Formats: sequence, structure tokens, C-alpha cells
Amino acid sequence: MMFAPAPYLLKDVSVSKVMAQVCLALLPGIVAYAWLVGPAILFQLIIASLAALGAEAVMLRLQGKPLAMFLTDGSAIVSAWLIALTFPPLAPWWLVVTGTVFAIVIAKQLYGGLGQNPFNPAMIAFAVCIVAFPALMSQWPSVGLQLSVSDQLQVILGLMPRVDALSGATPLDAMKTALKLADGNVEVSHLLANQDLYGNFAGRGWEWVAVGYLLGGLWMWQRKLITWHVPTAYVAALVAISGSLWLYNPAQFANPLFHLLSGGAMLGAFFIATDPVSGCTTPRGKLIFGAGCGLLAYIIRVFGGYPDGVAFAVLLMNLCAPVIDLLTQPPIFGMKDKS
Amino acid sequence: MITRDEFKTIAGNGIWKQNTSIVQILGLCPLLAVTTNAVNGIMLSLATILVMALSGVAIASLRNLIPHEIRIPVFILIVAALVTVVDLLFNANLHALYLVLGIFIPLIVTNCIVLARVEAFAAKNPPLQSTLDGIFMGVGMLWTLGLLGGMRELLGNGTLFGGIDMVFPSLHPIQVLPESYPGFLLALLPPGAFILLGCMIAWKNWMEARAARRAQTKPPAPVATAGCH
Repeated sequence: MMFAPAPYLLKDVSVSKVMAQVCLALLPGIVAYAWLVGPAILFQLIIASLAALGAEAVMLRLQGKPLAMFLTDGSAIVSAWLIALTFPPLAPWWLVVTGTVFAIVIAKQLYGGLGQNPFNPAMIAFAVCIVAFPALMSQWPSVGLQLSVSDQLQVILGLMPRVDALSGATPLDAMKTALKLADGNVEVSHLLANQDLYGNFAGRGWEWVAVGYLLGGLWMWQRKLITWHVPTAYVAALVAISGSLWLYNPAQFANPLFHLLSGGAMLGAFFIATDPVSGCTTPRGKLIFGAGCGLLAYIIRVFGGYPDGVAFAVLLMNLCAPVIDLLTQPPIFGMKDKS
Repeated sequence: MITRDEFKTIAGNGIWKQNTSIVQILGLCPLLAVTTNAVNGIMLSLATILVMALSGVAIASLRNLIPHEIRIPVFILIVAALVTVVDLLFNANLHALYLVLGIFIPLIVTNCIVLARVEAFAAKNPPLQSTLDGIFMGVGMLWTLGLLGGMRELLGNGTLFGGIDMVFPSLHPIQVLPESYPGFLLALLPPGAFILLGCMIAWKNWMEARAARRAQTKPPAPVATAGCH
């Protein structure tokens, strides 16, 4: 970065404007999601937003910080939306509230609030809930399940019993379980031929949600809200590892496109790993951070016990971010690069 | 003998001021592992109290005979002998609980609380004071581990005093929250112990800061948090 003496052009940017644009960029994905599972996801977004604002207000009041300034910065809303989008859409309301409150109170405010958190709050919420409530966090509605709006609301509010039709696995999880159970006797192409579960590239319907996130992410890049480093390195690492295993044994490993459009890969690449607070800040550091997230996400989702690996990958890389930043300091302008 | 002030200082240090778990942050390994309920935490603390009281009196009596250069191995040998006795007692009389606490009873030997008090107190003070110091340090550990265990099982299971039937067969755990409580598993896992211990330390520091504010004096220096294990 170069600094020149004043006068500067004033860039029209503030935290709340950035956060509003991030929310806007999430909209294509949300629209595709709502088209796929119905308005349940909108209820979850509202529940998570209210919980986040409530928790934020209480914590700000306890610390004696100005409420209006921090509540309107929009950062809590972005965390809340990411939480709602990563949780199962028909999860009971208290699950989303627990995750959101934990994220805001413990992962964000106890570390000092906006800009101080070493971990991505939304991913902390996901990790906490999948460790504490593994069964509820793995119950995804089967695609094509038709529930009326009031039924969806009743399931979320716990007024209606949670029937088996609500407890499908994600396409990613179903693929892993099927491959594991068959112990090498079933091929990925056979599984993908099941059109109830899988569509053209990845999970039926879910692939378009991922494309929605991709579009939003590209728009954020075009608006210079994020730089190209993290998403590119993330996608490259994910394609590299999934592609090499796929070339090695296409019968047992799904193709790179499947992995790119499954689970939280796209959301993670553009909206989660690009978090400026908990990620790296140097250009080379961002490349390492993004590549690490993509690589770990693949390893955890394919070889690990959890349905998806993006949350744990991002948290593990958050842990490494300070030391990566330290080791990738760009040379000072005018100095020779010692390395 | 012992004066009233001396007694007060020893008791106050053990229970609050120098509390092993939330001030000295010693013995984190058993603290994280056994406080999945209040009973386990309390019983392990009772075993530790017994060991600390006995090692206090033993080492304080022998303190002038132990060569300074090899004092640590001698302390460890004495503590190990006492722990073996406690271990056998638990195995014989509270076998179910012995199986739950498992390796953590023999590990009292290496618990830095015991060695720290022996080295810092019993090696320099008369037997009576050393015994009291061991007991009160143990009482400090007892209430913190009991409270931590109680909070963890309440959040994790919705019960209190789970496993009490292993100590008193006639008693049963109390179901505090309704049966339909889904259980917050994280509280029973190590991260839950770390987070709740952090909250307890914050609460203790807040109490101290408030007391200091009320006394209109300078707040005490920040508490050293030298970890172990």
C-alpha cells in the first residue's frame, strides 16, 4: 500500500454501508434458498436477526457503549444472516437463537466487540450447535417436501412434531454415508444418477443456491468489498485436492464441481473466509488463508465425521491467521525483499 | 500454636484470595476432566483435601530433615505414598465412583496444587499451619469444582448431583429442568469447562474490582495466571 500526502479523495465507505452491501450480495442465494425450501428460511433470518440485535444490545448496555452507533452498524445482522443460512431451515427456533446468542455474546462481544474477534462468530455458532446438538443440526428437509407456510412456521416454533420427512441428510452427507456403507462397491456416478437427491452438478436445488452465493460474491468483488485473493485461493485449493482425488479414482471421489456447489463451499469462499476481522490482511497471507480453508474444508467433509467441513476449516485457519500475517509482511516500500 | 489472625489468613487465602482453580489456575487437567457433574468434582476435591492435609503434616514435620537439593523427589515420594492410600480407600469403599474418577485419583500425585502448596508452604511452616493450609486450599478447590460441575451438568443435562447414588445409594439426582430439556452437550465437553471457568474467573475479578472500588483504594494488581497442565 502506498501513502501520499493530502489532499485525499473521500471514499464513501462506512461499516454500515459495507454491511448493507454484504446483505444485498446474499440476496441471490437467499432467493434461491427460499424458492427451494419455502419461506422457512425467511423466518429463520428474522429470528436470527432479532436474537443478534437483542444479544448485542444487552452486551453493549453492560459495557456502557453507545447502543445506537453499534446496533446500526449492521455487523450483527450479517452474522445473524450467515448463521440462519448455515443452519437447517426447519431447525427449531431456539437452536438458531442459541447459536446466535453464543456467537454475539461469547465469540464477539466478550472479545471486545466489532473488529476484535479472533474467530468468525457465525462459524462459532455453527460449530457450537453441531457439537452440542448433532442430531438437530443434521436434519435437513428432503427436497420436494411441500409444507404450507403455517406448517413450516409451526415446525420452527415447535408446535408441530418433527416428522421423518424433515430429517433428510444434505446431498453431501448422503454421498459420504452411501460411499462409506457400500465400502467401495458403489460408484459415485450411480449415486449421482439418483435424481431425487442430485441435480445437474451437485445436490438437486442446492446447486442453484450455491450459484446464487457465487453471483453475490462476484458482485462484492466487483464492488471492491472483498479482494480476489481469498476466494480464488479457496476455490483453487478445493479444485486441486478434489480434482486430483477424482482423477485418481473417479468411482469413489466426486468431481470438483460437485464439491464447489455442495454444502457451504460457495458461502464460505465469498462470505465467510473473506471476513476482514478474523482472516488474514496481507495479500500473500490471504492467499494462504483461503487455500488453507479450501483444503481443510475438503479434508473434513470427505474424511471427517461431520456433514460439512467449512465451519471447522475457517475456525482452524482463524487460529493460524495472526502467525500467517506475521510471516507474510510485505517488504517496506523502498527496501529490498530479504527473502 | 496458631493465632486467630494466622488462621484467618490461611483460610482466606485458600478459599478466596489464592483460590487454586480461579486465581492460581492450577490443576486444570483434573478440573476439565472430572467436573462433568458436581459430585465428581466434590469427591475428587475431597480426595485431594485428604492428600493435602496429610502431606502438609508429613512434610512440615520432616522439613528440617529433608536435604534442600533433593527436596522435590522426596516430596513426590511422600505425596505418592499418601495418594496410594487414598486410591486404595476409594477402590475399596466407593468402587463405582472410583471407576468414574479413574486415573484422576492416582494423578493427584502430579497435581501441581499439591506440589505447589508443599513447596510454597509446608516446606517453610510448622505442621499445624501446613495442615490447615492444605485443608483450606482443598476447600477452595472443592467449592470451585463443585460449582463448575454443578453448572456444567445443569446446562448439559438439566440435572444436579448426578451420580450421587454412587456415594449415597439412597439418594437420587435432582431433575432441575423439565425432562424435555434437549441438553446442551457442549457444556459437558472440555470447551464448556473452559468457557465456564473463564466466566468464573471474570466473576471473581469483577467482585474484587467492585470491592476495591467500594474501599476507594487502588485496585489490586492483576492476578497472575500462571497455568499448569
